[in-house]
Amino acid sequence: MGGRVDIVYPSMPTYRELLEQVKTEIAEVDARTARAIDGAAWIDVREDDEWQQGHIPGATHVPRGYLESRIEDAVPDKASPVVVYCAAGARSAFAAKTLTELGYTNVVSLHGGFTDWKRNGNEIKLPRTLSPERRTRYSRHILIPEVGEEGQLKLLDASVLLIGAGGLGSPASLYLAAAGVGRIGIIDADIVDETNLQRQIVHSLDTLGTPKVDSAKATLERLNPDVEVVGYRERLTSENIDRILDEGWDIIVDGADNFPTRYLVNDASVWRGIPVVHGSIYRFEGQATVFKPHEGPCYRCLFPEPPPPELAPSCSEGGVLGVLPGIIGSLQANEAIKLAAGIGEPLVGRLLLFDALYTEFTEVKIDRNPNCPVCGEHPTITGYIDYVEFCAR
Amino acid sequence: MSTVRIPPVLRSETGGAREVEADGATLRELIENLTGRMPALGARIYGEGELHSFVNVYVDGEDVRLRDGLDTRLDDASTVILLPAMAGGRSHA
Repeated sequence: MGGRVDIVYPSMPTYRELLEQVKTEIAEVDARTARAIDGAAWIDVREDDEWQQGHIPGATHVPRGYLESRIEDAVPDKASPVVVYCAAGARSAFAAKTLTELGYTNVVSLHGGFTDWKRNGNEIKLPRTLSPERRTRYSRHILIPEVGEEGQLKLLDASVLLIGAGGLGSPASLYLAAAGVGRIGIIDADIVDETNLQRQIVHSLDTLGTPKVDSAKATLERLNPDVEVVGYRERLTSENIDRILDEGWDIIVDGADNFPTRYLVNDASVWRGIPVVHGSIYRFEGQATVFKPHEGPCYRCLFPEPPPPELAPSCSEGGVLGVLPGIIGSLQANEAIKLAAGIGEPLVGRLLLFDALYTEFTEVKIDRNPNCPVCGEHPTITGYIDYVEFCAR
Repeated sequence: MSTVRIPPVLRSETGGAREVEADGATLRELIENLTGRMPALGARIYGEGELHSFVNVYVDGEDVRLRDGLDTRLDDASTVILLPAMAGGRSHA
């Protein structure tokens, strides 16, 4: 009868043996050596949740499972130095071997991984994420792909300055605060009175007789404690505008009620490169646009100078439908939020006209004026102009 | 006949009308036609043969300064928008 045949399986290595074997085939370096490698690409091969809890500054996250498919995007040049790390140096050892097999010629694995890196006091970057409370509060923003957590973080970082806490500033400030704009400045010298309450919804009976900036601040902080409200109880002038703008505002929402302030805000914003979200109202009609310095027209491109007093519309006798500033101020908030989050198409170069009585929106095209005295090719206005106040009759 | 849209700030000069019709093959002819019929409106937008610098005029959604100014051609279907500067915001009533 035939002889017995023995099938001999080679003994398979254990994980530990395999790891030790791999470590002999790759270069492992400590943090000090790794840091000294000029121009190295740092690749973090850990999982998402580990990355979320902190990583080495400047590293690129390529989870081990996607290493082969994504590394060529992350490091296109196979001759460039690569430092791979994981939590403790095991996964990165395997990753380094894989990269070598893919043709990368200058790969090292970080000994001890992120754990030792952190323990030895090296710098780490904690990715910014929203706290659970903020994730709940802003959940309807986060659900919109165009905003998301990243957009919400931008809003929380944004500083928006409102000129006026009146008809336009009321709805604008409420929506900006609700949206989580982290810092809101308000300039207004006035006191809340009964005639304001028909449209200035940030104020209330409780705050009659108090400064509008204090009244608005109290309302906004009750609405959203994430928001820091900075009040300026003063009238904007050529004397104080630089002091206020030096406090670092990214966007201005202009709801002023007079020409001198409009021109002051315009000229300062052009010189400082701050976009202005413009809104104005009269009776049943409102206008809104975004003046983005040097990308679109400025207010002086549209109206080079204020009308003479005898031809200026009289504000005091004008009157306004209470809901109109609600609509225009909300449009301003919308534009400011888009600018802050960097999304959408702002109202730059377009002037939106709204007729509340006929419920009609009209858009007209507005362009930069090459001869604009402020943002044109040869500016003739280079310092603030104090126009005589003629509209508060 | 072109249609001229009158903004609220100028409606007291048109007896409250929101739109008025006016003749003119060019914007200049139309403005002169309007000024003849409604001198108060004319004074608010036009003087010494020129549009006031604080008034913008749009023909079919475009600033006439980007077209041919007062020589901009009009036709029967043209819509002219008059837009003087408007400051209101906080609007002291």
